[in-house]
Amino acid sequence: MDATQIEQKAKALAEQAASLAGEMAQFATDAGGAIGSVTETAHTGPYSFISLFTVFILACFVGYYVVWRVTPALHSPLMGVTNAISSVIIVGALIAAGPAETNFSQIMGFCAVVLASVNIFGGFIVTQRMLSMFKKKR
Amino acid sequence: MTENLSAVLYLISSICFIMALKGLSSPDSARQGNMFGIAGMVIAILTTIAMPEVMSYGTILAGIVIGGSIGTFIARKIEMTALPQLVAAFHSLVGLAACFVAAAAFFRPEAYGIGTPGNIAVGSLVEMAVGLAIGAVTFTGSIIAFGKLQGILSGAPVTFSGQHPLNAALGLLMVALVVWLCIDQSPAAFWAVFVLALVLGILIIIPIGGADMPVVISMLNSYSGWAACGIGFTLGNSLLIITGALVGSSGAILSYIMCKGMNRSFFSVILGGFGGESDAAAAMGGPGGDKSVKSGSADDAAFIMENASSVVIVPGYGMAVAQAQHALRELGDILKGKGVKVRYAIHPVAGRMPGHMNVLLAEANVPYEDVLELEEINRDFAQTDVAFVIGANDVTNPAAKTDPASPIYGMPILDVENAKTVLFVKRGMSSGYAGVENELFFRDNTMMLFSDAKKMCEEIVQALD
Repeated sequence: MDATQIEQKAKALAEQAASLAGEMAQFATDAGGAIGSVTETAHTGPYSFISLFTVFILACFVGYYVVWRVTPALHSPLMGVTNAISSVIIVGALIAAGPAETNFSQIMGFCAVVLASVNIFGGFIVTQRMLSMFKKKR
Repeated sequence: MTENLSAVLYLISSICFIMALKGLSSPDSARQGNMFGIAGMVIAILTTIAMPEVMSYGTILAGIVIGGSIGTFIARKIEMTALPQLVAAFHSLVGLAACFVAAAAFFRPEAYGIGTPGNIAVGSLVEMAVGLAIGAVTFTGSIIAFGKLQGILSGAPVTFSGQHPLNAALGLLMVALVVWLCIDQSPAAFWAVFVLALVLGILIIIPIGGADMPVVISMLNSYSGWAACGIGFTLGNSLLIITGALVGSSGAILSYIMCKGMNRSFFSVILGGFGGESDAAAAMGGPGGDKSVKSGSADDAAFIMENASSVVIVPGYGMAVAQAQHALRELGDILKGKGVKVRYAIHPVAGRMPGHMNVLLAEANVPYEDVLELEEINRDFAQTDVAFVIGANDVTNPAAKTDPASPIYGMPILDVENAKTVLFVKRGMSSGYAGVENELFFRDNTMMLFSDAKKMCEEIVQALD
C-alpha cells in the first residue's frame, strides 16, 4: 500500500464522514421542526383535547353522584334548573355576537343570545316558582 | 381581562352550577341551590362580556332583554299542569341555540381560535358536527314532544313499516355527512348535517306514545346537555363542557329512573310504539265486558272516607288534566280535620314528567312530608282503610305482578289492592295508556266513582260538610 492509495482512502473516508454529518444535521433540523410543530399544535387551542376530555369525564362523575342524591320529589325542579343551566351555551353565543361589525356569524350569535336568554330567565323563574311551593307542615 | 382570570371565574361558575344541583337533595336547601345557579349564570355571562373580543354591548344587551322578557313572561304565566310542555319547549330552544353557535363557529372560526373558514382543524369540526347534530335533534324532537304534550299532535305513537331500518339508514348517512364535512369543509356539508339532524329528531320522537313522555322529556333534557358539551369541546371552553356533562348525566339518570318505574328498557321506549290506540281497542273487546263493577256516588265515598282511620290518596295524570289538585287538597284537609290520617302516594312515572305530581300537590299547599314515594308507602297499604285513586290506573294494576303476559308485567306498582277499600275516580271504564284492563275495578272491595276528578272531589267535599 503506497502513499497515494492511503491518501485516496483517507479522502473517501473523509467524504463519507462529511455526508453522514450532513445527514445528521438534516435529521436534527427535521426533528427540531417536528417538535416545534407539535408544540405549536398544542398551543393553537387554549386547551388540548385530552385535558378537555379529562374535565368532561370528571364532570360526568360529579353529575352522576350529585343527581342521584336529588330527592325524587324534586325531579321536576331538577329538570327546570338543568334546563336553565344548559343555556350556559350563551357563553359561545356572546363571543359570536361580540364583534362590532355585522355579518352572518354575528347574527347567528345574536339569535342564540336571545334563545338562551329565554331559557335562562324562564328556567330559573319557573324553578323558583316550583320550589317556593314546597312547604313544610304549618 | 386576562385568560387566567376568566378561567378562574368560569371555574367558580361551574362550581355554582354543581351547588345548584346539590341543593335539590332536600326541599329546604333547594331554593338556595337555585340562587347558586343564578349566580353561576351571571358570573358566566359577565366574564364573557368582559372579554376583549366582545364589543357589541348594545346588541348583546338588546338580545338578553328581548329573550329575558319573553322567558320571564312565559315562566310567570304558565299553569303548573302545563309544566311538561313548557320544559319541552325550553329544551327545543337550547337545541336551536347550540345549532346557531355551531354555525357562527363554522363561518367565523377565527373568533374562537380554531382555524380559518375552509381550514378548520378536523378535531374541531367533528366536535362541532356532534354539537350541531345533537342540537338539531333536540330542537325538532322537543317540538314534537311539545306538540304531543300540548295536544296539538296526537299522543298516539306514529309507526310505519320500515321505520327502524329507515332511522338506522339515516343514522349512517349522518356519519357519512360528517365525514364529508371534515374533508370538504363546505357550507353545503354543514347545512346537510343540520337538515338531516332536524329530520332525525322528528323521526326519533314520533313513534313514542304519550305515556312514555316522562322518558322522552328526560332524554331530551340529557341531549340538550350533550349538545352544550359538543359546542364546549369545539370552543375549548371547560365551563360549557362541565355544565353540559352535568345536565347530560342528570337527564340520563332521570331517563333511567323513569324506565325502571315502568320496567321497560330504554331501548324499548326509544323504539316506541307502546300503548297505541290499537292495543287499547283490542283490550276493550277482551274479557271483562260481562263482569260487573260497583259504582258509587260522592255521598258514598264521603261516608266511607270519614269513617276510615287512614286514607292514602294516589294521584295520576288524570288529576293533572282535571286540575283537581286544589279540590283534592281541600278534601284531604277536611278529612284530617275529622281525625283521619291522610297521606299521598306517588308512583315514579305518575304524570308526564319526573316529579310532576309532587309539584302539583305542592302547588295546592300539600305539605311535602305528607307526600310519599312508592318504596316509602307501599308496605302501609295493608294497614290502610281507604286507597283513593284519582286519575291513575296502570300504576295500580296488580296484573303487573301476576300476569306475565301483560305488557306492564314487572312494573313496580302501588299496592292499593291491599287496602280495605279502593275508590277509583275515573271518567269511564277505559283502560289506561298501556291498553290493559285493570282487574281491580271488578273486585268486591272496589268502588268506582265515575266523574271528572275535580267535580268528584268538590262533591265529596260538599258531602263531608
